[in-house]
Amino acid sequence: MQRREGLAKLTGRERYVDDLPLENFLWGMTVRSPAPRGRITAVRFGKDVDWSEFVIVDHRDIPGPNEILLIERDQPVLAASHVRHVHEAVLLVAHTSREMARRAAQAVEIVVVPEPAALDFRVAPRPEQIQYGADNVLKRLKIEKGDVERALAHAPVVVEGAYETGAQEHVYLETQGMIAWLEEDVLVVKGSMQCPYYVLNALQHALRRDERRVRVIQAPTGGGFGGKEEYPSTIALHAALLALKARRPVKLVYDRSEDMAATTKRHPALVRHRTGLTEDGRLLAQDIEVILDGGAYVTLSPVVLSRGIIHAAGPYACDHVRIAGRAMFSNAVPFGAFRGFGAPQTLFACERHMDVIARTLRMDPVELRRKNLIRDGQRTATGQVIQDGTDRVAVLERALALSTFEEKRRAHTAFNAAQRSKRRGIGLATFYHGAGFTGGGEVHLNSRLRVAGLPDGRIEVLSANIEMGQGTLTVFTQIAAERLGVTPDDVVIGEPDTARVPNSGPTVASRTTMVVGHLIERAVDDLRTRVGLDDRARGSVVKDAIAHWYAAHPGGRLVGEAVYEAPPGISWDEQRYQGDAYGAFAWAAYVAEVEVDLRTCATRVIDFVAVQEVGKVINPTLARGQVQGGVVQGVGWALMEECKFKDGAMVNNQLTNYLIPTSDDVPPIRVAFVENPYPHGAQGAKGLGELPIDGPAPAILNAVAAATGTEPRAIPLTPERLMDLTR
Amino acid sequence: MSTVQVVFTLNGAAVSLDLDPAERLLDTLRYRLGLTGTKEGCGEGECGACTVYLDGLPVNSCLVPTYQVRGARVESVEAIAAERLGPFLAQGATQCGACTPGVVMTALWIGAHPELLETHTIRELMAGNLCRCTGYDGIVDAVNTALGHGEPPV
Repeated sequence: MQRREGLAKLTGRERYVDDLPLENFLWGMTVRSPAPRGRITAVRFGKDVDWSEFVIVDHRDIPGPNEILLIERDQPVLAASHVRHVHEAVLLVAHTSREMARRAAQAVEIVVVPEPAALDFRVAPRPEQIQYGADNVLKRLKIEKGDVERALAHAPVVVEGAYETGAQEHVYLETQGMIAWLEEDVLVVKGSMQCPYYVLNALQHALRRDERRVRVIQAPTGGGFGGKEEYPSTIALHAALLALKARRPVKLVYDRSEDMAATTKRHPALVRHRTGLTEDGRLLAQDIEVILDGGAYVTLSPVVLSRGIIHAAGPYACDHVRIAGRAMFSNAVPFGAFRGFGAPQTLFACERHMDVIARTLRMDPVELRRKNLIRDGQRTATGQVIQDGTDRVAVLERALALSTFEEKRRAHTAFNAAQRSKRRGIGLATFYHGAGFTGGGEVHLNSRLRVAGLPDGRIEVLSANIEMGQGTLTVFTQIAAERLGVTPDDVVIGEPDTARVPNSGPTVASRTTMVVGHLIERAVDDLRTRVGLDDRARGSVVKDAIAHWYAAHPGGRLVGEAVYEAPPGISWDEQRYQGDAYGAFAWAAYVAEVEVDLRTCATRVIDFVAVQEVGKVINPTLARGQVQGGVVQGVGWALMEECKFKDGAMVNNQLTNYLIPTSDDVPPIRVAFVENPYPHGAQGAKGLGELPIDGPAPAILNAVAAATGTEPRAIPLTPERLMDLTR
Repeated sequence: MSTVQVVFTLNGAAVSLDLDPAERLLDTLRYRLGLTGTKEGCGEGECGACTVYLDGLPVNSCLVPTYQVRGARVESVEAIAAERLGPFLAQGATQCGACTPGVVMTALWIGAHPELLETHTIRELMAGNLCRCTGYDGIVDAVNTALGHGEPPV
């Protein structure tokens, strides 16, 4: 099936938040902190502005607690007395003219008496820099399996390494934006978001409104990648506060530079490995330390850390594993959800380290992985028994065959000997990604989904899960249509509007197709039961039964429902961090071929092969596109995307100097799927969205290592960084 | 604020506007004329989401003061016939859709000028349109499929 809303997007008819018609509204603007930490002593309004024309909001206008509801409640909606990072929101202004609002925002001076800021998450804070708990540690987590110290002490070989990854900006092409207005006494907020119910909960909390007086609607969303998971609660609150005070609709849409400066980014990370092995390369012990920069508020850092450490040991079997993780407070813009959610950082370290190990042992990195890839019946670091029937070595072999790995390796030896200034290399990464919320997360979410019959016999899927480019509308349509044996035209996907749809959970964590799609199947079954049919009834029989039901129940409403149920046999111990971390893992092997110019130290990816096992592929075109897009985002993270920080603020907050890959920076991404249907996912699907960003960075750096004989250990591997290694 | 009168042809029809001489063509299209198909991605000419044709050439409308198009011919994505876009749908050239109208404008312009491919690759010619979702393969495949006819975009 082709993308359902595709033609509307291609013709420009799709209306995103900034495209929606709006009458008699004000443009909102945000006034932000100039300092990374300090006490606000004054707010000065410039003399050249007629302030009577403006609606102005500060923390005193917040009806409820000045808190953005998330895991913790440490982040204010608007800073009151203290600021904790540059660009923290302090004040809001609104005016009928966007330009006037912009100039007015610039005419406000926030006077801050600076206090000592914590700006390097890698070093222990000095006492005067401590702002969270006793040591600025936002969250500590540990996984222990076996006896690592003892195993390391007896290991014939121990290899150590430290690996660093930088922040990454999402660069969804549509910047963040919200509009807010009042309908009678109901506050309506509509905008670009991944999680309507997160926004709803945040609005209810800080505005002290019950759910009947708040309504959140997702507008078509131009990319998210996690950047529109938690941040939209902030901008929604800001738009709502202005609208409540102005008693008029307010539009708050960031321009690119504000979006890049003020919103979350991928957590920078430092990961240290100490690995014990036999001389022939069998893993005996993995001792891993993971440190994340959390930024100035807790946001989602504890769960990013959780996913990060769970993936840190890689897709390998090892009896003795210790993974200690901590997320640090710093006075940087808060880091948040970004596709992969901690796993890309730790898998970069793990997979780069595997090649360092191979070189130390004078062993083929392919053979090292073949030897250690987890087999069915073996246990992960959390003790989860892998028993899904996937042949992970076969996934690797397929990637090697498609990329002609061995031939290229030989060809590179000849190429590199003949060339003066060019070097070629090939590298790989084997990895995995857990789908859905971690541990008991899906049970805790308790997602609920409805499918309504319509009087004409069609059905409408009512879910809070959103389309942001990844294909929800299309895949949900396919899942419902296939289950009922009807055509895609018989399926309507309802607008994610909290006044109409139940809370089927956030659109994150590679869960939408696998988890929520499966709820659609069960809700459809429930609907069929309610019209007196069993699961074998398909097509016009079902449509006719729905239409007859409405004829027999005037004014009635036919609804099928499903609530999440954990797959059988899943158990998770949150205290000990042991058990089944995820219902299912997707498995992958990626191969990158690079060419390095020794004069400029520029690295170019010249071929890329991505092989993965994601259960059943429901829509091959969309699935391939997800992988290709994720890989290219990973190429950017690996080689060029560098957030430059000063006082914890991104200073290259423009697409002029924060570079993402263009079509000319990447080769065709060659994608292949190995299919092994997962019995508890929709049509046998597992999660796919995040997996593709885990593999490119280590595969590319392993290729650079092979090409140049250096051991790069930090990304982005910019020409400057590589120059330091090669000269 | 002093305004100036600007007359130009937009999607085949004459337009006359009184506006601030510094107003961007992008804002004129979107906020004054309600043609919201043209998107703002960066506001500084890097991403290509706001691509329109100015006298038949693709330009970033965020960098063009509307005053400069007086007497000129402007076409926006709204002028593109939907029937032309089948290959883009089939190849997965659109995901989130925010870059898509700009991509379509550049792609159809390349299709209208097949001689460009004697000196440039599709990847080089599309490099002014950033896309964060597709990894570009869907776009390049669509341009490939749609190529070779030399048809004008509009």
